[in-house]
Amino acid sequence: MSEDDDQFEELEIEVLPLDAWHRERGGRMVEFAGYHMPVQYEGIIAEHLWTRGHAGLFDVSHMGQLELSGEGLDAAVEAVLPIDLSTLKLGMQRYSLLLDETGGVLDDLMVSRWPESLYVVVNGATKWDDLAHLREHLPDAITLNHLDDRALLALQGPDAFAALERHVSGEYPLSALTFMRFGLFELGGASVTISRSGYTGEDGFEISLPADAATGIADLLCGEPEVKPIGLGARDSLRLEAGLPLYGHDLGPDTSAIEAGLNFAINKRRRTEGGFLGADRVLRELAGGAPRKWVGLTLEGRQAAREGADVFAGDQKVGVLTSGGFSPSLEAPIATAYVTTAHTAPGTALEIEVRGKRLAATVTPLPFVPHRYHR
Amino acid sequence: MPLYYTQDHEWIDSDGTTGTVGITDYAQGQLGDITFVELPEAGSTLKKGDAPCVVDSVKAASDVYAPVSGTVTEANAALEGEPELVNTDPEQGGWLFRLTLADAGELEGLMDRAAYDEFVAGL
Repeated sequence: MSEDDDQFEELEIEVLPLDAWHRERGGRMVEFAGYHMPVQYEGIIAEHLWTRGHAGLFDVSHMGQLELSGEGLDAAVEAVLPIDLSTLKLGMQRYSLLLDETGGVLDDLMVSRWPESLYVVVNGATKWDDLAHLREHLPDAITLNHLDDRALLALQGPDAFAALERHVSGEYPLSALTFMRFGLFELGGASVTISRSGYTGEDGFEISLPADAATGIADLLCGEPEVKPIGLGARDSLRLEAGLPLYGHDLGPDTSAIEAGLNFAINKRRRTEGGFLGADRVLRELAGGAPRKWVGLTLEGRQAAREGADVFAGDQKVGVLTSGGFSPSLEAPIATAYVTTAHTAPGTALEIEVRGKRLAATVTPLPFVPHRYHR
Repeated sequence: MPLYYTQDHEWIDSDGTTGTVGITDYAQGQLGDITFVELPEAGSTLKKGDAPCVVDSVKAASDVYAPVSGTVTEANAALEGEPELVNTDPEQGGWLFRLTLADAGELEGLMDRAAYDEFVAGL
């Protein structure tokens, strides 16, 4: 037997602050985004269900943490991102997109308002390209600081609040944070920023902390009865159930924000004013619709279909899968695909070709599993 | 305990006439949670190295190769409802298919348990 579809491909490898910590806990390490990362500890399904039922700790220190500052910051950033920074107040975080001139997606990211700067979290595999792109398109007056001395942990699940609250202190209680808000806190003797966000569809937090405090804080949180460490495998199956696109798979230079259904990331004022990279295509597709759309598909039976599989309506190829796998919560295979818009209505019956066979699938509204954010 | 092993982590238990095929405990551990197994139909003819089975885990789909040539006589129907048997009991209850061998001589190229254990230890 052989694996023909391993999505965690081998790359040049660096070590993250929690490397030894993962290995001590039995994490099976793979190369991901240029780093050694744990794909699983006890098993993907068990970790997935534990996160949905309790709380999971994810090491996402491979992601890029950037700080942007300088004279004319908001206007300079708005010339690049389709975000409305006039409504992003201190303590708020927002999802945005890094687009190229033709409207292709270079990355998806989170932007937070810090007192004198903007804090941005980008994907690990794209962070070096993002830095180059931002440097090219931002004026010299804007300082771009890569916070590579910081680690990033995500604590996700219905018990995340209870477990984290026991250990944080600050000017205001953790309960003051609602979804997509952040604040400064003390945690395990370190000064950290915590946002109420994540990529699992569950309530949860993302914690930016000094790299040298990562092991102590990971120990502290996993010492709570509700918390277990969770690997990349479950992170992927959780985000797929939550209908959240994964950059490099569901999003890329060949996809547009509107095709991907990320209209909400084009903030209202920017839809009328434009003036950001890629605006021509975004505004055109907002007005006239996109030729294809990113949709969810639920498959019949138990066999999963994977990224790259073709989607058919009768004899006609109408799309291609961008993610696919077995949903531990639904105990059924699910997938996402770009499909010609005429075939994207919920309930539409389609077929997916897997190893020469056609599997029956139905267009399903996203998310597959309802979000449980704390709004 | 099965008698013969391949470098692709299949096992075959055989008396030279008929055989039972599965994947090893090492293989199931590497694959992780198995969610579906595509099995060959009885009567199908296999050449050594064909891929009559696909094992789906949460993260990937993997081919299982025929360790010897032959004709499939039976697939493990229990796996339709309980594919996780390949995880929990890979070298007995989680067997994949049975076949009649075309050439018993093909068994001679396979490893015994001790050789396979040594092979896995070197991975």
